[in-house]
Amino acid sequence: MIAFVQRVGRVGLSICTELGSASFFLSKSVWRKPRSGQKLHLLAHTLFNSGVLSLPIIIVSALFIGMVVGLQGFNILNKFSVTSELGQMVALSVVRELGPVVTALLFAGRAGSALTAEIGLMKATEQLDAMEMMGVDPLGRIMLPRLLGGFISLPLLTIIFCAIAIWGGDLIGVRWLGVDAGAFWSNMQSSVDFRLDVINGIIKSAVFGVVITWMAVYQGASAIPTAEGISHATTRTVVYSSLIVLGLDFVLTAMMMGGW
Amino acid sequence: MGQKSIETLVGFFILLAIAGLVMLAFQVSNLTTYQGSDTYDVKAQFDNIGDLKVRAPVTVAGVKVGQVASISLDPKNYRATVTLRLDRSANNIPNDSSASILTAGLLGSNYISLAPGFAEQFLKSGDSISETHSAIILEQMIGQLLFSVNKDKSADTDSGTNDASKS
Repeated sequence: MIAFVQRVGRVGLSICTELGSASFFLSKSVWRKPRSGQKLHLLAHTLFNSGVLSLPIIIVSALFIGMVVGLQGFNILNKFSVTSELGQMVALSVVRELGPVVTALLFAGRAGSALTAEIGLMKATEQLDAMEMMGVDPLGRIMLPRLLGGFISLPLLTIIFCAIAIWGGDLIGVRWLGVDAGAFWSNMQSSVDFRLDVINGIIKSAVFGVVITWMAVYQGASAIPTAEGISHATTRTVVYSSLIVLGLDFVLTAMMMGGW
Repeated sequence: MGQKSIETLVGFFILLAIAGLVMLAFQVSNLTTYQGSDTYDVKAQFDNIGDLKVRAPVTVAGVKVGQVASISLDPKNYRATVTLRLDRSANNIPNDSSASILTAGLLGSNYISLAPGFAEQFLKSGDSISETHSAIILEQMIGQLLFSVNKDKSADTDSGTNDASKS
Protein backbone atom coordinates (compact mmCIF):
# COMPACT_ATOMS: atom_id res chain seq x y z
CA MET A 1 0.00 0.00 0.00
CA ILE A 2 2.72 2.41 1.04
CA ALA A 3 4.74 1.31 -1.98
CA PHE A 4 1.82 2.19 -4.25
CA VAL A 5 1.44 5.64 -2.68
CA GLN A 6 5.18 6.12 -3.04
CA ARG A 7 4.99 5.24 -6.72
CA VAL A 8 2.14 7.69 -7.31
CA GLY A 9 4.19 10.35 -5.57
CA ARG A 10 7.26 9.58 -7.65
CA VAL A 11 5.30 9.73 -10.92
CA GLY A 12 3.66 13.01 -9.88
CA LEU A 13 6.98 14.57 -8.96
CA SER A 14 8.63 13.44 -12.20
CA ILE A 15 5.73 14.90 -14.23
CA CYS A 16 6.11 18.22 -12.41
CA THR A 17 9.87 18.23 -12.94
CA GLU A 18 9.44 17.44 -16.61
CA LEU A 19 6.86 20.20 -17.10
CA GLY A 20 9.04 22.67 -15.23
CA SER A 21 12.18 21.94 -17.18
CA ALA A 22 10.23 22.02 -20.45
CA SER A 23 8.84 25.44 -19.54
CA PHE A 24 12.28 26.75 -18.63
CA PHE A 25 13.63 25.36 -21.88
CA LEU A 26 10.91 27.14 -23.90
CA SER A 27 11.24 30.46 -22.10
CA LYS A 28 15.06 30.39 -22.31
CA SER A 29 14.97 29.71 -26.05
CA VAL A 30 12.21 32.15 -26.99
CA TRP A 31 12.60 35.11 -24.60
CA ARG A 32 15.95 36.45 -25.61
CA LYS A 33 17.13 39.74 -26.94
CA PRO A 34 16.33 40.07 -30.63
CA ARG A 35 19.54 40.42 -32.57
CA SER A 36 20.29 41.50 -36.12
CA GLY A 37 18.62 39.82 -39.08
CA GLN A 38 21.51 37.44 -39.61
CA LYS A 39 19.51 34.57 -38.14
CA LEU A 40 16.78 34.96 -40.76
CA HIS A 41 18.40 32.44 -43.06
CA LEU A 42 18.19 29.87 -40.25
CA LEU A 43 14.48 30.60 -39.91
CA ALA A 44 14.04 30.24 -43.68
CA HIS A 45 15.76 26.88 -43.46
CA THR A 46 13.46 25.56 -40.73
CA LEU A 47 10.39 26.98 -42.47
CA PHE A 48 11.53 25.03 -45.50
CA ASN A 49 12.04 21.85 -43.48
CA SER A 50 8.82 21.87 -41.48
CA GLY A 51 6.59 23.88 -43.81
CA VAL A 52 7.47 23.36 -47.45
CA LEU A 53 8.43 19.71 -47.08
CA SER A 54 5.09 19.02 -45.31
CA LEU A 55 3.13 20.52 -48.20
CA PRO A 56 2.75 17.35 -50.33
CA ILE A 57 1.25 15.24 -47.51
CA ILE A 58 -0.98 18.14 -46.40
CA ILE A 59 -2.26 18.82 -49.91
CA VAL A 60 -2.97 15.19 -50.75
CA SER A 61 -4.71 14.42 -47.46
CA ALA A 62 -6.70 17.67 -47.62
CA LEU A 63 -7.97 16.73 -51.06
CA PHE A 64 -9.05 13.28 -49.92
CA ILE A 65 -10.63 14.51 -46.69
CA GLY A 66 -12.61 17.17 -48.54
CA MET A 67 -13.73 14.58 -51.07
CA VAL A 68 -14.80 12.05 -48.44
CA VAL A 69 -16.69 14.66 -46.40
CA GLY A 70 -18.44 15.73 -49.62
CA LEU A 71 -19.37 12.13 -50.43
CA GLN A 72 -20.58 11.23 -46.92
CA GLY A 73 -22.41 14.53 -46.54
CA PHE A 74 -24.14 14.09 -49.89
CA ASN A 75 -25.41 10.64 -48.92
CA ILE A 76 -26.79 11.85 -45.58
CA LEU A 77 -28.27 15.11 -46.92
CA ASN A 78 -29.78 13.27 -49.87
CA LYS A 79 -32.07 11.38 -47.45
CA PHE A 80 -33.65 14.69 -46.47
CA SER A 81 -33.30 16.06 -50.03
CA VAL A 82 -31.37 19.11 -48.86
CA THR A 83 -28.19 18.47 -50.85
CA SER A 84 -28.02 22.24 -51.46
CA GLU A 85 -26.69 22.53 -47.89
CA LEU A 86 -23.67 20.38 -48.77
CA GLY A 87 -21.35 23.39 -49.10
CA GLN A 88 -22.23 24.58 -45.63
CA MET A 89 -21.62 21.13 -44.15
CA VAL A 90 -18.25 20.65 -45.87
CA ALA A 91 -17.01 24.16 -45.08
CA LEU A 92 -18.05 24.19 -41.44
CA SER A 93 -16.70 20.75 -40.60
CA VAL A 94 -13.41 21.43 -42.39
CA VAL A 95 -12.81 24.97 -41.15
CA ARG A 96 -13.84 24.34 -37.55
CA GLU A 97 -12.54 20.88 -36.79
CA LEU A 98 -10.97 18.75 -39.48
CA GLY A 99 -8.61 21.41 -40.81
CA PRO A 100 -6.82 22.33 -37.58
CA VAL A 101 -6.85 18.83 -36.05
CA VAL A 102 -5.87 16.71 -39.03
CA THR A 103 -3.16 19.18 -40.08
CA ALA A 104 -1.78 19.15 -36.54
CA LEU A 105 -1.72 15.35 -36.41
CA LEU A 106 0.00 15.12 -39.79
CA PHE A 107 2.42 17.87 -38.76
CA ALA A 108 3.28 15.99 -35.56
CA GLY A 109 4.01 12.86 -37.59
CA ARG A 110 5.84 14.56 -40.43
CA ALA A 111 7.69 17.54 -38.95
CA GLY A 112 7.62 16.88 -35.20
CA SER A 113 9.26 13.50 -35.42
CA ALA A 114 11.91 14.87 -37.79
CA LEU A 115 12.70 17.71 -35.36
CA THR A 116 13.09 15.33 -32.42
CA ALA A 117 15.29 12.93 -34.36
CA GLU A 118 17.47 15.74 -35.73
CA ILE A 119 18.07 17.40 -32.37
CA GLY A 120 18.45 14.05 -30.61
CA LEU A 121 21.12 13.00 -33.08
CA MET A 122 22.89 16.34 -32.67
CA LYS A 123 22.92 15.65 -28.97
CA ALA A 124 24.09 12.04 -29.37
CA THR A 125 26.99 13.07 -31.62
CA GLU A 126 27.86 15.86 -29.13
CA GLN A 127 27.37 18.62 -31.69
CA LEU A 128 25.46 20.70 -29.14
CA ASP A 129 28.33 20.42 -26.62
CA ALA A 130 30.83 21.31 -29.35
CA MET A 131 28.84 24.43 -30.16
CA GLU A 132 28.85 25.49 -26.54
CA MET A 133 32.64 24.96 -26.45
CA MET A 134 32.94 27.29 -29.45
CA GLY A 135 30.92 29.93 -27.62
CA VAL A 136 27.80 29.52 -29.76
CA ASP A 137 24.59 29.24 -27.75
CA PRO A 138 22.76 26.12 -29.06
CA LEU A 139 19.46 27.45 -27.71
CA GLY A 140 19.65 30.48 -29.99
CA ARG A 141 21.32 28.81 -32.91
CA ILE A 142 19.47 25.46 -33.04
CA MET A 143 16.33 25.56 -30.89
CA LEU A 144 14.95 29.06 -31.48
CA PRO A 145 14.73 28.91 -35.30
CA ARG A 146 13.16 25.45 -35.11
CA LEU A 147 10.58 26.57 -32.56
CA LEU A 148 9.68 29.70 -34.52
CA GLY A 149 9.57 27.76 -37.78
CA GLY A 150 7.04 25.35 -36.29
CA PHE A 151 4.97 28.12 -34.71
CA ILE A 152 4.68 29.88 -38.07
CA SER A 153 4.29 26.98 -40.45
CA LEU A 154 1.42 25.07 -38.80
CA PRO A 155 -1.17 27.90 -39.13
CA LEU A 156 -0.07 28.45 -42.72
CA LEU A 157 -0.40 24.73 -43.46
CA THR A 158 -3.86 24.73 -41.84
CA ILE A 159 -5.05 27.56 -44.08
CA ILE A 160 -3.83 25.68 -47.14
CA PHE A 161 -5.46 22.48 -45.87
CA CYS A 162 -8.85 24.18 -45.40
CA ALA A 163 -8.81 25.82 -48.81
CA ILE A 164 -7.88 22.61 -50.60
CA ALA A 165 -10.33 20.45 -48.61
CA ILE A 166 -13.21 22.77 -49.50
CA TRP A 167 -12.14 22.65 -53.11
CA GLY A 168 -12.13 18.83 -52.83
CA GLY A 169 -15.69 18.94 -51.48
CA ASP A 170 -16.65 21.14 -54.42
CA LEU A 171 -14.99 18.67 -56.79
CA ILE A 172 -17.09 15.77 -55.49
CA GLY A 173 -20.32 17.60 -54.68
CA VAL A 174 -20.62 19.95 -57.64
CA ARG A 175 -18.61 18.39 -60.45
CA TRP A 176 -19.34 14.74 -59.78
CA LEU A 177 -22.61 14.42 -57.84
CA GLY A 178 -24.29 17.40 -59.50
CA VAL A 179 -25.13 19.70 -56.59
CA ASP A 180 -25.93 23.14 -57.92
CA ALA A 181 -22.75 25.26 -57.80
CA GLY A 182 -24.59 28.46 -56.88
CA ALA A 183 -26.42 26.82 -53.97
CA PHE A 184 -23.22 25.13 -52.81
CA TRP A 185 -21.19 28.34 -52.59
CA SER A 186 -23.92 30.77 -51.51
CA ASN A 187 -25.16 28.55 -48.67
CA MET A 188 -21.56 28.17 -47.58
CA GLN A 189 -21.02 31.94 -47.61
CA SER A 190 -24.20 32.66 -45.70
CA SER A 191 -23.40 30.23 -42.90
CA VAL A 192 -19.63 30.49 -42.43
CA ASP A 193 -18.61 33.48 -40.34
CA PHE A 194 -15.09 34.76 -40.96
CA ARG A 195 -14.29 35.65 -37.37
CA LEU A 196 -16.21 32.94 -35.54
CA ASP A 197 -15.28 30.04 -37.78
CA VAL A 198 -12.20 30.81 -39.88
CA ILE A 199 -10.25 32.90 -37.36
CA ASN A 200 -11.09 30.54 -34.50
CA GLY A 201 -9.81 27.62 -36.56
CA ILE A 202 -6.55 29.48 -37.19
CA ILE A 203 -6.24 30.32 -33.47
CA LYS A 204 -6.64 26.62 -32.70
CA SER A 205 -3.93 25.69 -35.17
CA ALA A 206 -1.59 28.34 -33.73
CA VAL A 207 -2.01 26.76 -30.28
CA PHE A 208 -1.39 23.31 -31.74
CA GLY A 209 1.70 24.60 -33.53
CA VAL A 210 3.18 25.91 -30.28
CA VAL A 211 2.44 22.69 -28.39
CA ILE A 212 3.71 20.29 -31.05
CA THR A 213 6.92 22.16 -31.82
CA TRP A 214 7.67 22.72 -28.16
CA MET A 215 7.11 19.02 -27.45
CA ALA A 216 9.26 17.92 -30.41
CA VAL A 217 12.20 20.22 -29.71
CA TYR A 218 12.16 19.54 -25.98
CA GLN A 219 11.99 15.77 -26.46
CA GLY A 220 14.95 15.98 -28.83
CA ALA A 221 16.99 18.11 -26.45
CA SER A 222 16.23 15.91 -23.44
CA ALA A 223 16.60 12.57 -25.25
CA ILE A 224 19.01 9.98 -23.86
CA PRO A 225 21.90 10.23 -26.33
CA THR A 226 21.79 6.68 -27.62
CA ALA A 227 20.16 5.12 -30.66
CA GLU A 228 17.44 3.65 -28.46
CA GLY A 229 16.93 6.89 -26.56
CA ILE A 230 16.39 8.84 -29.78
CA SER A 231 13.87 6.31 -31.06
CA HIS A 232 11.98 6.50 -27.77
CA ALA A 233 12.02 10.30 -27.86
CA THR A 234 10.67 10.33 -31.43
CA THR A 235 7.86 7.95 -30.49
CA ARG A 236 7.01 10.04 -27.44
CA THR A 237 6.84 13.19 -29.54
CA VAL A 238 4.31 11.73 -31.95
CA VAL A 239 2.20 9.97 -29.31
CA TYR A 240 2.10 12.76 -26.76
CA SER A 241 1.55 15.56 -29.22
CA SER A 242 -1.28 13.66 -30.93
CA LEU A 243 -3.00 13.09 -27.59
CA ILE A 244 -2.47 16.68 -26.49
CA VAL A 245 -3.82 17.99 -29.80
CA LEU A 246 -7.01 15.96 -29.49
CA GLY A 247 -7.51 16.91 -25.85
CA LEU A 248 -6.75 20.59 -26.39
CA ASP A 249 -9.06 20.62 -29.39
CA PHE A 250 -11.96 19.68 -27.15
CA VAL A 251 -11.03 22.28 -24.54
CA LEU A 252 -10.57 25.04 -27.13
CA THR A 253 -13.83 24.17 -28.90
CA ALA A 254 -15.70 24.24 -25.59
CA MET A 255 -14.16 27.63 -24.77
CA MET A 256 -14.95 29.08 -28.19
CA MET A 257 -18.52 27.80 -28.20
CA GLY A 258 -19.01 29.15 -24.68
CA GLY A 259 -18.47 32.56 -26.22
CA TRP A 260 -15.17 32.98 -24.45
CA MET B 1 19.97 22.85 -52.12
CA GLY B 2 21.16 26.44 -52.18
CA GLN B 3 19.99 29.22 -49.92
CA LYS B 4 18.36 31.06 -52.84
CA SER B 5 16.10 28.19 -53.85
CA ILE B 6 15.16 27.51 -50.22
CA GLU B 7 14.10 31.13 -49.84
CA THR B 8 12.13 30.96 -53.09
CA LEU B 9 10.27 27.85 -51.94
CA VAL B 10 9.52 29.38 -48.53
CA GLY B 11 8.20 32.48 -50.27
CA PHE B 12 6.04 30.30 -52.49
CA PHE B 13 4.72 28.50 -49.38
CA ILE B 14 3.79 31.77 -47.68
CA LEU B 15 2.12 33.11 -50.82
CA LEU B 16 0.12 29.89 -51.12
CA ALA B 17 -1.07 30.32 -47.52
CA ILE B 18 -2.07 33.93 -48.20
CA ALA B 19 -4.00 32.83 -51.29
CA GLY B 20 -5.75 30.20 -49.15
CA LEU B 21 -6.68 32.81 -46.55
CA VAL B 22 -8.06 35.11 -49.23
CA MET B 23 -10.12 32.21 -50.58
CA LEU B 24 -11.43 31.40 -47.09
CA ALA B 25 -12.26 35.04 -46.48
CA PHE B 26 -14.01 35.95 -49.70
CA GLN B 27 -15.17 32.68 -51.24
CA VAL B 28 -16.08 30.60 -48.20
CA SER B 29 -17.13 33.06 -45.50
CA ASN B 30 -19.33 36.13 -45.44
CA LEU B 31 -16.62 38.72 -44.91
CA THR B 32 -17.75 40.80 -47.86
CA THR B 33 -21.43 41.14 -47.00
CA TYR B 34 -22.53 44.04 -44.81
CA GLN B 35 -19.20 44.37 -43.08
CA GLY B 36 -19.23 47.78 -41.46
CA SER B 37 -20.54 49.29 -44.66
CA ASP B 38 -22.75 52.35 -44.61
CA THR B 39 -25.94 51.43 -42.76
CA TYR B 40 -28.80 52.99 -40.79
CA ASP B 41 -30.95 51.53 -38.01
CA VAL B 42 -34.75 51.34 -37.96
CA LYS B 43 -36.89 49.91 -35.17
CA ALA B 44 -40.02 47.80 -35.46
CA GLN B 45 -42.23 46.26 -32.77
CA PHE B 46 -43.85 42.87 -33.21
CA ASP B 47 -46.40 40.98 -31.09
CA ASN B 48 -44.51 37.75 -31.68
CA ILE B 49 -41.27 37.27 -33.55
CA GLY B 50 -41.45 33.47 -33.62
CA ASP B 51 -38.03 32.04 -34.39
CA LEU B 52 -36.41 35.24 -35.69
CA LYS B 53 -32.69 35.45 -34.93
CA VAL B 54 -30.14 38.24 -34.87
CA ARG B 55 -28.46 38.57 -38.32
CA ALA B 56 -31.54 37.26 -40.09
CA PRO B 57 -31.93 38.96 -43.49
CA VAL B 58 -34.27 41.90 -44.16
CA THR B 59 -35.65 41.94 -47.68
CA VAL B 60 -37.70 44.12 -49.96
CA ALA B 61 -39.39 42.15 -52.74
CA GLY B 62 -37.04 39.28 -51.96
CA VAL B 63 -33.87 41.34 -52.35
CA LYS B 64 -31.70 41.50 -49.24
CA VAL B 65 -31.34 45.12 -48.05
CA GLY B 66 -30.10 44.59 -44.49
CA GLN B 67 -30.17 42.38 -41.45
CA VAL B 68 -31.57 42.15 -37.93
CA ALA B 69 -29.15 43.92 -35.59
CA SER B 70 -30.74 43.20 -32.22
CA ILE B 71 -33.89 41.82 -30.60
CA SER B 72 -35.17 42.88 -27.18
CA LEU B 73 -38.36 42.83 -25.14
CA ASP B 74 -40.10 46.14 -24.51
CA PRO B 75 -40.76 46.11 -20.73
CA LYS B 76 -43.82 48.38 -20.99
CA ASN B 77 -46.03 46.70 -23.56
CA TYR B 78 -44.42 43.25 -23.70
CA ARG B 79 -43.80 43.42 -27.41
CA ALA B 80 -40.57 42.47 -29.15
CA THR B 81 -38.46 45.38 -30.34
CA VAL B 82 -36.41 44.45 -33.39
CA THR B 83 -33.68 46.75 -34.69
CA LEU B 84 -33.22 46.47 -38.44
CA ARG B 85 -29.88 47.53 -39.88
CA LEU B 86 -30.57 48.60 -43.44
CA ASP B 87 -28.03 49.24 -46.12
CA ARG B 88 -27.51 52.86 -47.11
CA SER B 89 -28.05 51.93 -50.76
CA ALA B 90 -31.69 51.17 -49.85
CA ASN B 91 -32.43 54.62 -48.40
CA ASN B 92 -35.63 55.26 -50.33
CA ILE B 93 -38.05 53.02 -48.42
CA PRO B 94 -41.29 54.93 -47.67
CA ASN B 95 -41.89 55.47 -43.94
CA ASP B 96 -45.36 53.94 -44.02
CA SER B 97 -43.96 50.60 -45.18
CA SER B 98 -45.02 47.49 -43.29
CA ALA B 99 -42.74 44.81 -41.89
CA SER B 100 -43.72 41.17 -41.66
CA ILE B 101 -41.88 38.12 -40.39
CA LEU B 102 -41.97 35.33 -42.95
CA THR B 103 -40.45 31.88 -43.13
CA ALA B 104 -38.13 30.79 -45.92
CA GLY B 105 -39.68 27.59 -47.17
CA LEU B 106 -41.62 25.19 -44.96
CA LEU B 107 -38.84 24.51 -42.47
CA GLY B 108 -36.50 27.39 -43.23
CA SER B 109 -35.40 30.18 -40.93
CA ASN B 110 -37.38 33.38 -40.40
CA TYR B 111 -36.66 36.67 -42.13
CA ILE B 112 -38.23 40.10 -42.27
CA SER B 113 -39.89 41.32 -45.42
CA LEU B 114 -40.63 45.02 -45.90
CA ALA B 115 -43.61 45.90 -48.08
CA PRO B 116 -43.14 49.46 -49.39
CA GLY B 117 -45.94 51.94 -48.70
CA PHE B 118 -46.89 55.06 -50.62
CA ALA B 119 -45.64 57.93 -48.46
CA GLU B 120 -43.38 60.61 -49.90
CA GLN B 121 -41.20 60.54 -46.76
CA PHE B 122 -38.47 57.94 -46.55
CA LEU B 123 -37.31 55.97 -43.50
CA LYS B 124 -34.36 57.58 -41.71
CA SER B 125 -32.06 56.41 -38.98
CA GLY B 126 -33.95 56.05 -35.67
CA ASP B 127 -37.40 55.84 -37.25
CA SER B 128 -39.73 53.06 -36.30
CA ILE B 129 -42.03 51.03 -38.51
CA SER B 130 -45.54 51.13 -37.05
CA GLU B 131 -47.34 48.61 -39.20
CA THR B 132 -46.04 45.13 -38.47
CA HIS B 133 -47.26 41.58 -38.94
CA SER B 134 -46.12 38.93 -36.46
CA ALA B 135 -44.60 35.62 -37.30
CA ILE B 136 -47.03 32.83 -38.05
CA ILE B 137 -46.73 30.17 -35.37
CA LEU B 138 -47.52 26.82 -36.93
CA GLU B 139 -48.90 25.28 -33.73
CA GLN B 140 -51.34 28.16 -33.19
CA MET B 141 -52.48 27.91 -36.78
CA ILE B 142 -53.11 24.18 -36.46
CA GLY B 143 -54.96 24.82 -33.21
CA GLN B 144 -57.21 27.43 -34.85
CA LEU B 145 -57.79 25.15 -37.82
CA LEU B 146 -58.81 22.24 -35.60
CA PHE B 147 -61.07 24.55 -33.60
CA SER B 148 -62.83 25.87 -36.68
CA VAL B 149 -63.18 22.36 -38.17
CA ASN B 150 -64.71 21.16 -34.92
CA LYS B 151 -67.08 24.13 -34.87
CA ASP B 152 -68.20 23.39 -38.42
CA LYS B 153 -68.78 19.76 -37.52
CA SER B 154 -70.78 20.61 -34.42
CA ALA B 155 -72.85 23.07 -36.43
CA ASP B 156 -73.57 20.28 -38.92
CA THR B 157 -74.44 17.74 -36.28
CA ASP B 158 -76.59 20.20 -34.31
CA SER B 159 -79.16 20.36 -37.07
CA GLY B 160 -79.16 16.58 -37.55
CA THR B 161 -78.78 14.36 -34.53
CA ASN B 162 -78.18 15.27 -30.88
CA ASP B 163 -74.49 14.29 -30.88
CA ALA B 164 -73.31 17.87 -30.50
CA SER B 165 -72.16 17.34 -26.94
CA LYS B 166 -69.80 14.60 -28.05
CA SER B 167 -67.85 16.70 -30.49
